[in-house]
Amino acid sequence: MKLDVRLFARARDAAGAERVTVELPEGASVADLRAALAAQSANLGALVPCLLFAVGTDYADDRVQLSPEADVACFPPVSGG
Amino acid sequence: MQRLTDEPIDFAALTDSVRSTDSGAVVLFLGTVREMTHGRRTTALDYEAFGPMAESKLAEIETEACRRWPLDRVAIVHRVGRLELGEISVAVAVSSPHRAQAFEAARYLIDTIKESVPIWKKENWHDGTSEWVHPGLESPALESPVLKTTGLESKRGPTS
Repeated sequence: MKLDVRLFARARDAAGAERVTVELPEGASVADLRAALAAQSANLGALVPCLLFAVGTDYADDRVQLSPEADVACFPPVSGG
Repeated sequence: MQRLTDEPIDFAALTDSVRSTDSGAVVLFLGTVREMTHGRRTTALDYEAFGPMAESKLAEIETEACRRWPLDRVAIVHRVGRLELGEISVAVAVSSPHRAQAFEAARYLIDTIKESVPIWKKENWHDGTSEWVHPGLESPALESPVLKTTGLESKRGPTS
């Protein structure tokens, strides 16, 4: 399945794109997506272990299974306030 | 009440919005743009949010605060976009019958906002450099020329 992933802050700048498309096997998890992003982008690679993921408007940990329709976002640790 | 805005925050109006005759205490917290950080001079901050998720998380945090303390009203506004020195980046106003709960809830709200709401700040330093603030991540040497590609897909391939 192809997943469209939104990027924010330093992740977006490092990738040079607001969205990236990642090819994953059916039933892939957030951990699989994390590994695919690291393999796919050297620029993003250094950030990957620290990236946080969200599906819809909720955080998704590495065990969460992804569906092709999932609205996935990915970003480094937050710093609002 | 919670929202994001790209306009200056009217903290007096926000404070008034939580006042009521049920409340004996109102606490207001303001986060403001600081000039000096670890000896470096800031000229401005850029705030970016993942809007729908940020507003959803703010609502969850407000609900949790109201579960923990007997609050009358809560109002949270977070700014996005470019902020100059001294401007207000976030305002949290809380009212409750007694002051202890209002202080504790305001502290909980701002601490939890900083930990979990998807908003990021970028420091624009006086020396002309800039960098995203990501707690736990080292400053990169990479506020560098951004690769203008169509995205990572273009770099995918058997050799990557």
